[in-house]
Amino acid sequence: MDKVRIGAGAGYAGDRWEPALELVERGDIDFLAFECLAERTIARETQAMLQNPERGYNPLLVDRIRGVLKASVERGVRIVSNMGAANPRAAAKQVLKVAEEEGVPGIGVAVLLGDDVREVLEAMPGLTLIETGEPLESILPRMASANAYLGADGIKQALDTGAEVVMTGRVADSSLFVGPLLHSFGWSYDDYGLLAQATLAGHLLECAGQVTGGYFADPGRKDVADLARLGFPFADITSDGQVTVSKAEGSGGRVDRMTCTEQLLYELHDPTAYITPDCVLDITDVDFDEVGPDRVRARGARANPRTPTYKVSVGYPDGFFGEGQISYGGPNAVARARLAGEVVRERLKLRGFLYDEMRIELIGMESLHGPADGRTEPYEVRLRIVGRTDNRRAAEAVGLETETLLTNGPAGGAGDFRQVKEIYAVQSVLLERRFVDMRVEMVEAA
Amino acid sequence: MTRVYDLAHGRAGDKGHAVNISVIAYDEAGFERLKRALTPEAVMERFKVVADGPVRRYELPKLRALNFIVDHIKGGGVTASLGQDLHGKSLSFLLLGMELPENF
Repeated sequence: MDKVRIGAGAGYAGDRWEPALELVERGDIDFLAFECLAERTIARETQAMLQNPERGYNPLLVDRIRGVLKASVERGVRIVSNMGAANPRAAAKQVLKVAEEEGVPGIGVAVLLGDDVREVLEAMPGLTLIETGEPLESILPRMASANAYLGADGIKQALDTGAEVVMTGRVADSSLFVGPLLHSFGWSYDDYGLLAQATLAGHLLECAGQVTGGYFADPGRKDVADLARLGFPFADITSDGQVTVSKAEGSGGRVDRMTCTEQLLYELHDPTAYITPDCVLDITDVDFDEVGPDRVRARGARANPRTPTYKVSVGYPDGFFGEGQISYGGPNAVARARLAGEVVRERLKLRGFLYDEMRIELIGMESLHGPADGRTEPYEVRLRIVGRTDNRRAAEAVGLETETLLTNGPAGGAGDFRQVKEIYAVQSVLLERRFVDMRVEMVEAA
Repeated sequence: MTRVYDLAHGRAGDKGHAVNISVIAYDEAGFERLKRALTPEAVMERFKVVADGPVRRYELPKLRALNFIVDHIKGGGVTASLGQDLHGKSLSFLLLGMELPENF
């Protein structure tokens, strides 16, 4: 095979549904990769699995797979996704069930295992937490999840089984795209020139619509045609590492130098050292050529050898957020909202609730870019109060005391809203590769 | 009055307690001017209301782009921020709204 086409079916867990099917039906793709696993989600899913061994995968998995599976199998499109989250085996069983229901039984589903390293870390309390510099020991008693970011070599192994669908847990987002290339072209995992271009392609595609005109439009300055029907991207990659990014014909959006440059630099720090499990990418000399309508060639990526360690994210519960919101409009709206905020703070104190941190802000004035000093007062504002605490009742009280403003607060409050969220904090350690038992399994229908 | 917005576009993304913001110039003259004006110190001054810093700057001349890393976003860290913008993703427009000194 001289050229492989990989599509991006989702850029985050809750992403839109139609673009993936559009790629399968009209994009002429060979592989479809879904990136659906945010950093903090896996702690929640690990806890779900501990409650029920058949849970712990992405809750939208069944619907998302059902949307594309039959069309993909019929066209020979193979699916790779981290929707396995904390429990790739259980996810694979669900995929097999959907296959049965959709009339495409007998497909192969492979899982990539080994990212869950909770047991390994239990025995290594002396590892240093990257974020705080403290020993891992300080959070071990609360550890809810620990997952190594596995690389493309594992995904390649899974595809080598011939499976139509590959379910993984934690892998690097870009590796979801690099794996199919290693598999298709038989590249050496030590050919860093090719890995560089493949990782570049993965990085451009991993957020799906963010390279085709999503998160880009600024009316009158950077317009995006038919944003409502934004198409998701695919990349054509040749066996010698040429990368061209485009999208399904007839879909909305745009792929050009501007959209590609914004996405290239997205979540990127030092351009000479973007660390993935596969390589250390250097994009200093990357450049883009517009080679056709909505077609961009990406070239110039280099890479240094991969590091001897895996990055491991450790999740642990860290209390609750309690939040309340309410709106004020018309004359003196800002003063009424400010008074309301003070009243809630005072009432929470009178009830004896304590918070590690509290934030009171006016949406419309100061909630995004810092204090409102000198800004013109808007016609209407929305008060937002958030408190962080280990006490669930204290967290709930924030929203409840915001609600009571309706009858017990300043004049004209309206549109109250409240919520409580359980928080997971995340820190990281580096773990030598030899401690990670990466392996592939085929999962059989129940 | 010229703003960064008049010369460039950009996007913000988060990584833990830091946020990265790209500033991509529309043309070469704009890139030269932005390189002169947007020193790490000038950007830090703009961001001191939302971050403790420091600010680091990387140049990507082929793409006419600057990449800023603004470290220690206030309220950020290992636990999710209490802020409405959990990840600092709206901060690209704080930078784009910055006014540039004239004749500089």
